[in-house]
Amino acid sequence: MLRPFTLHRPETAEEACALLAGLGEDAAAYAGGTELLLLMKLGLLRPRHLVDVKRIPGFGEIGPGPRATSGARLTIGAAVTHRAVERSALVGARCPLVSSVARHVANVRVRNVGTVGGNLAFADPHSDLATLFLTLDASVELVSPRGCRELPLGDFVRGPWETAREADELLASVTLTPWGGETAAAYVKFGVHERPTLAVAAALRLDGAAGAQRGGDRIVDARVAIGCVGLKPARLAAVEARLVGGSVADLEDAARAAAEIAAAGVDAADDLYGSADYKRAMVAVFVRRALGIAAARARGAEPAARFPHAVVA
Amino acid sequence: MKAASREGAVVTIHVTVNGRPRELDVAGHALLLDVLRDALDLKGAKRSCDTQVCGACTVLVDGLAVSACTYLAVEADGRSVLTVEGLAEGESLDPLQRAFVDAGAVQCGFCTSGMLLTAKAMLSEHARPSREDVLHYLRGSLCRCTGYRKIVEAILAAAEAAR
Repeated sequence: MLRPFTLHRPETAEEACALLAGLGEDAAAYAGGTELLLLMKLGLLRPRHLVDVKRIPGFGEIGPGPRATSGARLTIGAAVTHRAVERSALVGARCPLVSSVARHVANVRVRNVGTVGGNLAFADPHSDLATLFLTLDASVELVSPRGCRELPLGDFVRGPWETAREADELLASVTLTPWGGETAAAYVKFGVHERPTLAVAAALRLDGAAGAQRGGDRIVDARVAIGCVGLKPARLAAVEARLVGGSVADLEDAARAAAEIAAAGVDAADDLYGSADYKRAMVAVFVRRALGIAAARARGAEPAARFPHAVVA
Repeated sequence: MKAASREGAVVTIHVTVNGRPRELDVAGHALLLDVLRDALDLKGAKRSCDTQVCGACTVLVDGLAVSACTYLAVEADGRSVLTVEGLAEGESLDPLQRAFVDAGAVQCGFCTSGMLLTAKAMLSEHARPSREDVLHYLRGSLCRCTGYRKIVEAILAAAEAAR
């Protein structure tokens, strides 16, 4: 049962921002409601006004990035559902792992209604998208009556359920920078519920135009992000540095070392999903697995890896 | 479509429920599940977890599975809603319902309406689902009796029969 509220349905971003600015703490932006309505039912949030952002032009669209200068990018409007991401041909062409991860967010009912913007703006630490998007150099676009600003996703997400969004700002979109050249990647998450307990996104870019299959198997760039175990998802620079320069054909030792660095470096927190020590041990296991899968994909193989309570995307 | 609703106000929405166009007066904050169960007396969709993890309240809105417990009734304005009561035609069961009966996929029945509608949505997307497709689609649809095996078999049998 929900407490009564006023539902606003602005047709423009300006109108929506003016409402948010005027209503302040009394208002909440609303899209799918898969997060917001749950907290309202529990009485944990009691906004008197919901500002529905689904009718704002562009918020429901997926397209190439705003600037053509830095090559092919991908912009996902804040009100695009996970299902639309999963089914988008453009996402599949530019960021296939994003399609694959979207297919595994929560369950089909959440994916049909829940949105990318809602997921990021809610900043639940147990989220798939933020972890993956960090490896795609994601930035978010925030609009307000004062104008528009762009923030790296890592700066936008400040902590559990906390973002850098000001009260009068609206998350309009997220822009991803697809990995260049020949990149092999994997996303592995672990957990028994809708929200993952642990998530690892790993991407390895190989030298040579055709990557490993033509002999160019040196890792020239590595991205590793860990999510869900701490207060916010994060890239681990020391892990990435350990991998760069190595050979993908001979990744096992490097992956083992990288996994230990990840376990030591990750900012794990005790919570209902487990103790920090347990999570660090699991981080080592899943970093190794994610890198192993990425390495197999670099060789053109799709490993039949199946782990209990884990999803491989 | 009416743009907005004031706190506590009643809104008129136009929804096609199980093929029948309805004009309904609902509170702006009413959940679709409560409108279906209380205003329309359609008790097939159940309130269970109330947090979108169990699937007992699943209905289809324009063919897409949603949790009616976490979906505002006003969002259904101008759309078509299918509940389990809309599956059979008179005494004639939907092939999925028939398959559930034949496979013994119904025990206590609490999850059944959600399972049927989820399967209905899946079959509209995958004419020839693999066992893996079915399991993937049923993630977040909980059954505490059957162990799922017979539900999956029933859905695969219904897909097979429809070919």
